[in-house]
Amino acid sequence: MTVSEIVDKLNLAVWGGEDGLHRPVTGGYVSDLLSDVMGNASDGDVWITLQTHKNVMAVASLKEVAAVILVKGLAPDDDTLEQSNKENIPLLGTKMETFEVAGKLYELLKK
Amino acid sequence: MTFKFEIEGGNFSKAGNASSAVKKILKQINVPPAIIKRLVVALYEGEVNVVAHARKGWIKVVIEPEEIFVNIEDEGPGIPNIELAMQEGYSTASQKVREMGFGAGMGLPNMKKNADLLNITSQVGKGTNVEIIIFLNQSHK
Repeated sequence: MTVSEIVDKLNLAVWGGEDGLHRPVTGGYVSDLLSDVMGNASDGDVWITLQTHKNVMAVASLKEVAAVILVKGLAPDDDTLEQSNKENIPLLGTKMETFEVAGKLYELLKK
Repeated sequence: MTFKFEIEGGNFSKAGNASSAVKKILKQINVPPAIIKRLVVALYEGEVNVVAHARKGWIKVVIEPEEIFVNIEDEGPGIPNIELAMQEGYSTASQKVREMGFGAGMGLPNMKKNADLLNITSQVGKGTNVEIIIFLNQSHK
């Protein structure tokens, strides 16, 4: 499944990084602790978080996650958005809370 | 091959820049992806520690046929008790840094997990010196 398909199926907003929407998704990771993501996320994961600052994109890029989903309608900081476009890592958004969007993503990916 | 980078203490908007530059170099010279992944985790944690705690720091990466050697040196408060700092969950990070999702006390343990050799020396009031070695041929481990 690609990031683009997940955007469609979960009705997510695309804040930035459109050029990376074709990226394949192989899993998901949920955490708001950056070192936890550094230590435990895998490349190809969709990372779900409430953190909106630029370091999220630094970690996303170093770990080569497929995309980042910001929850609860949170908007990215300007420099976060800029970095998402520069790295071509889609920065997505939803009004859903973490529990709900993670559950829906899990259902999609386990098929 | 030796590469050097500077780290600005306190500037979180640049945290990860050096790690990202090193990652690009390692990819270009075809270092195996599994090695790059481990090195990047250890290096990023080291870089963030300098940004979060020190005034300034320097990263030196030396690529040898058998290993990659990383030295992260800083001018900063130093670590009074390294054994304590190595414990998972122990952190002296500020509230502001914690709110950003750093400072969970996972940095040094992450470095240890991903390095083949990790050596930390520190002088309180002066700074900290971190050496990381990852062997390119994992059978040498």
